[in-house]
Formats: sequence, structure tokens, C-alpha cells
Amino acid sequence: MQPKPKALLALDAVSFILLGISTYLALVYAPTEAIMGDVQRVFYFHVATAWVGMLGFVAAGVTGIVYLRTQNLKWDIVEIAAVEISLVFFFITIVLGSIWARPVWNTWWTWDPRLTTAAITELIYIAYFMLRQGIEDPDRRARFGAVYTLVGAVSVPITFMAIRLFRTIHPVVIGTQSAAAQGGFAMTGGMKVAFFFALFAFTVIFIDLFWNRIRMGNLAAKVEQLRLKLSQ
Amino acid sequence: MNSPSLARSSFVKAVAAIVQKDLAAEYRSRELLSSMMVFALLVIFIFNYALNLEPSVRAKVTAGVLWVTFVFAGTIGLNRSMAVEKDRGCLDGLLLAPVDRTAIFFGKVISTLIFMLLVEVIMLPFYGLFYNVNLFNPGLLLVMLLGSIGYVVVGTLLSSMAVQTRTRDILLPIILFPIIIPILLSALDASNGFLNHLEFDLIQPALGLLVALDVIFTAVSFMVFDYVVEE
Repeated sequence: MQPKPKALLALDAVSFILLGISTYLALVYAPTEAIMGDVQRVFYFHVATAWVGMLGFVAAGVTGIVYLRTQNLKWDIVEIAAVEISLVFFFITIVLGSIWARPVWNTWWTWDPRLTTAAITELIYIAYFMLRQGIEDPDRRARFGAVYTLVGAVSVPITFMAIRLFRTIHPVVIGTQSAAAQGGFAMTGGMKVAFFFALFAFTVIFIDLFWNRIRMGNLAAKVEQLRLKLSQ
Repeated sequence: MNSPSLARSSFVKAVAAIVQKDLAAEYRSRELLSSMMVFALLVIFIFNYALNLEPSVRAKVTAGVLWVTFVFAGTIGLNRSMAVEKDRGCLDGLLLAPVDRTAIFFGKVISTLIFMLLVEVIMLPFYGLFYNVNLFNPGLLLVMLLGSIGYVVVGTLLSSMAVQTRTRDILLPIILFPIIIPILLSALDASNGFLNHLEFDLIQPALGLLVALDVIFTAVSFMVFDYVVEE
């Protein structure tokens, strides 16, 4: 059994501390939003988890291409790690968003581009795992997985654009002034601190989880090899 | 004779041979078209009662009903078109043939597209007959062609993956539907525009997106098809 690398252990610890500080900043330090009240505090983690979901999504698409070019199973392990993290974090984003949307939009769900795109990404990634499950041969499984993440990476951004052709009520907090009517708000100094710190903290958490998950995938591959050796 | 044009003509010949093979097989068995057609009719019947298609409702949902019917009937066609190749090792035979593998892909795309367009063109007058509307609209036909191209291109790529898995026929709709959502959305938007006789300026964005999607998905499928059939 390989011990966990020191750097990874340190990163685990840093991630925990950053998550703690970020929670404090979001729940205590940041000022309460005037109109929406405390429920607005969901926003810091909502955007940060969506950011992690996006990072995972991009990483999955890129590793899909890299796998097809190199045909090295190592990249398949990286791809699964990225897809899993993206799947989990988009789910958290959707749940947090719903908690916020219930009092502010007066509905848990609306068919807005961001919500729909996040949900479709979830469906594509669930389909990804179902596709993989039906294939025994590791090389073929990796190839099909890579092709599917690649096709998904092409389709999802266009879905977002296509729905944008219709009207949307999702607030764009950064960069627009006219969003107040949709639940948007201007961030004050304390809010900005909490927001950007959450983004930073979750980026580190993403790297930490990614690394851990890749390490786990490698160990699982090794176990599989040993088992094959035993049965021969 | 220069070699690029020679290579091109052999590519076209290979595509044509595969299309011809599929059409001949279908002409003899008539399994695929008849099942797609009956299935499409059944979907329209179910929608009639599910949505209570009175004249006032109908104007808004016609495009939706048509596209859902096409998409569902299309999965039957896609599944079948690849399953017959896989069943008795025909696909291996095709792959052994000394032709570019993307020729196999385009051959399959074209034959499935022909079946799907046939079903669509027959379904339109049926829908018109049942609901006493005239759906003959060149714009709508164009959208049906463009939408079906994108759908069949992605569908052929994904169904050639799905047939190689354990859960093959169940898997295709699950992996296909989330991917084709942008195609479906723009096809629906453009169809609604043409059916409601909107000005062309209002339909153009959706139509443009549909053309772009056809190009993008054809290019992507063209690039990755080799990996899907590789042994």
C-alpha cells in the first residue's frame, strides 16, 4: 500500500481550513443583503460550486481529447475523476440554487438557460456512467467514454446559447446593472470578500478532490491488475 | 488523372454502395419503415388524448408534437440500422472492407436519413388529415431536413457505440437525447416560426443555429467515428 503523498495530505488540510474560513465569511462576515435577507448567503457557495462543476466539465472534455490522442488509460482515470466531481458539484449547485429560488423567485425551478444547462449536464454525465457500465473491455470503455465527453462538451455550451435565444430570469450578478428586478444585487465590499474567497477556496478544494480521486482511480486499477494476476 | 479526385470518387462509391445495400435490404424486408411509421402514428394518437388537441391548443403545440414523434420514431430507425449490422457480424465485414471508415459512417447516416425523412413526409399529411390543417409549408420542410440531418448524424455515432454495449437498445435514447437538445430546441423554434407565419427575420437565428449545429456535429462525428469502430 502506497502512503498518501505528503503534498496531498497538506492540500487536504488546507482545503479543510479554507472551507471553514469560507463558511465563516459567507455566513457571518458578509453583510446581510437588504431585500432578500439571509437566504442570499447561499449565493457564495452556489457560484463557487458551479465554478467547480465548470472546471470539472472543461477538464473532462480536454482529457477526453487527450485520451483519444494518446490512448493511454491513465487519462481515462483523470477523465472519470473530472466527470464525477462535475456531477456532484453541479448537483450541489442545483440544490443550493433551488433553496435560494424558492423565496426569491417563488419557485423551486424554472426553465432558464443556466438551470436547464446544469440539469442537462447532469443527465449527460449520468448517461456517461451508464454507457461505461455496459462495456467490459477497458480500452473500448475508455474510448467510448472519451468520445461521449467530447460530444457532450460540444453540445452543452450550445444548449446554453440556444436557450438564451429565449428570455431568461436568472440574475447576472457581475457586469449588469439592470438585474435587480430578477433577484440580482450589487455586491458591497464585505460580500466581494466572501465571494472571491469562496471561489478561491473551492478552486483549491477542486484540485484536492481531483488529485485524491485520480489517486484512487490509479489504486483501483492496480487492485484490478493484482486480482487478474492472482486468478491466472 | 490526379489521385485526390480518384480517392474522392472511391469514397463516394463506397458511401453509395452502403446506402444502396441498406435501401435494398429495406425494400425486401420493409421491417424498419413499417415499424417506424406505425410507431409514429401511435405517438400522434397518444398525444391527441394526452394534450387534448383542440384547435386552440393545437396551434401552439403542433411543432412540439411533430418533433417528439420524429425523435421517438428516429430512435427505432437508428437502433435498427446499427443492430442489423452488429447481429451477424456484418459490421466486422464492413470494417474489413478496404474503404475509409468514415465512408461507412456517411453511408449509414444517409440511409437512416432517407428512412427518417420518408417517415416524416408521410406523417405530415396524416397529421394534417387528422386535424384538418395544411402543414405543407416549404419552410417547415426545410427545418425538418436540417433538424433530421443533425439528429441522424449524432444518432448514428452514438448508436454505433450503443450497439457495442450490453444494454444496447435501452441505452441509445439515454445517451442520445441529452446531446441532441440544442438541435431539437432550434428545430422547434424554427418550426414554430414557420407554422405561425412569422417574419423571416425572427426565424433566422434558430435556422442559422440549426445549420451551424449540423456542420459542427457532422465535423465532430467525422473526426471521432474511427475511435468508435476501432477494435
